[in-house]
Amino acid sequence: MILGRLLQIAIVLGLLSFASYALIGLIPGDPIDLAIAGDPRLGPEDAARMRALHGLDRPLAARYGTWAMGVLQGEFGYSRLFAVPAASVLWPALGSTLVLLGCALGIAAAGGIALGVLAASRPRSGPWVDAVAVLGQAMPSFWLGILLIILFAVTLGWLPAGGSADEGLGLRFLVLPVATLAVANIAAYARHTAAAMRVALAEPWVRTARAKGASGPRVLWRHVFPNAAVPVLTIAALDAGSLVSGAVVTETVFARPGMGKLIYDSIMGNDYNLALLALLLVALVTMLATLAADLAQRALDPRLSA
Amino acid sequence: MRFRLGLTLLGLLVAGAIAAPLLGQDSGAPDLFNRYAAPSAEHWLGTDDLGRDLLTRLLEGARVSLAVGVATALAASILGTAVGVVAAWRGGVVDALLMRLADGLLALPALPLLVVLAAVDPSVVGLPRGEAASDMIRIVGILTLFGWVGVARLTRAAALSVLARDHVRAARALGVTEARLLWRHVLPALTVPVSVATALAVAGAILAESTLSFLGLGIAPPNPSWGNMLANAQELVFSAPMAAVWPGLAILMAVAGCTLVADGARGR
Repeated sequence: MILGRLLQIAIVLGLLSFASYALIGLIPGDPIDLAIAGDPRLGPEDAARMRALHGLDRPLAARYGTWAMGVLQGEFGYSRLFAVPAASVLWPALGSTLVLLGCALGIAAAGGIALGVLAASRPRSGPWVDAVAVLGQAMPSFWLGILLIILFAVTLGWLPAGGSADEGLGLRFLVLPVATLAVANIAAYARHTAAAMRVALAEPWVRTARAKGASGPRVLWRHVFPNAAVPVLTIAALDAGSLVSGAVVTETVFARPGMGKLIYDSIMGNDYNLALLALLLVALVTMLATLAADLAQRALDPRLSA
Repeated sequence: MRFRLGLTLLGLLVAGAIAAPLLGQDSGAPDLFNRYAAPSAEHWLGTDDLGRDLLTRLLEGARVSLAVGVATALAASILGTAVGVVAAWRGGVVDALLMRLADGLLALPALPLLVVLAAVDPSVVGLPRGEAASDMIRIVGILTLFGWVGVARLTRAAALSVLARDHVRAARALGVTEARLLWRHVLPALTVPVSVATALAVAGAILAESTLSFLGLGIAPPNPSWGNMLANAQELVFSAPMAAVWPGLAILMAVAGCTLVADGARGR
């Protein structure tokens, strides 16, 4: 199973890398264009010479092949924008994004599950939790980010409006982005937990447990919740992509260095090599996260692996 | 109840978008003597950093956002329904290939890919640069590339269950052609799941468009869209914090409206 999935991930990455390699070539302003624009003495024949020199006149497939072989051997090349080896920009950015994602996911899952259990176990609170969930899912996360900046950075002055610490984790810089990303995802978890809990609560074994004298909270947490956790993990697996997408926007709003901002900045700065590598790395991390959630789901529910 | 609430929210936005010219304000005309004006009888929501009427820009943004949302959802629904029905009807290798493609797209983080796609030179596909209409066509095209997946999965599941029903098997046994079978017996039974998926697709497209415009890759200023109004408002959080509130509220109304309509339609 795992081998098959890893193979599938490799295939998707291969296709994605070729498609984005081809696409990125269609974004205006390649390095030669920029060099020509930067020096009035250079003419079209210089451009042609430089293209030939760097192998840019070769067919797309050949260029892609050279690039892909290099990447597979760990040759990530250079970043034009930052003028350093691409790897030295990529890894710190990935670390920063993983910290942001980890904190936000933890808070969103814990808060969402608590809200969902509340909604399912107290029928009267259900409509309220549903309403909050609809609003939370409809709220654009970048808007929430701006509102938080206005409240906590501009009006109250408690927290920085953006950026990151020069060294260390920089908790002060982490609070608002994590809050933005967590609130954006709590809604989905609350909704799906509530739905899964309602299904599980209707099962006959819940009545049996109650009949045997188990207390309310014990039935809820020992019997119902573990069964409801499986569909919630399914959602976590399916949502990995949108979580990462949320991180891209959040990082941009808070000017927080990370993979999302790196992709955005490198596209804007015509830094194709870095953009391509960052895009593939983000896709790889997302797919591995999905795989991990699937595996956890199988571990929790033996019926799935049969 | 949910259905009606959703329809009311969307109705308000549509009415506002249609009524925008009645306010008699020019959304593009700067008035530099009247920057950051507070709400007044003339400017109901005040003015922005160039003295432009915020309410007019908000309502013209509604036209853009709703048009992009509906156009994307329609395109995604047609493509997604076609893919879903074909996958369910043909089965086998075709089904496996189409669904692997859908899984692959779904497993990828959409936004970074959209950022790359949105940066591609639009003149490659023959669209003029920098015009509002070509921006809209470009965004609809890009969002449709990802939007069909959700519709296709829902449609395929529904079509599989319809194809297994007795009346479809009876029609087959009576010698109805496959085309007529799909058109007369399968498609009509898919109305509810497809409309639910379409309503959700409108919500998704409005959010995605506003995100892209916020990042500066969607509808380009000076043409107003909720996303680029918010990008502008973020630069003004110190001087005009209220300018950041309205476009976000509008997005919230539109997306919540579509979600409620979809939820309500599913329950019917």
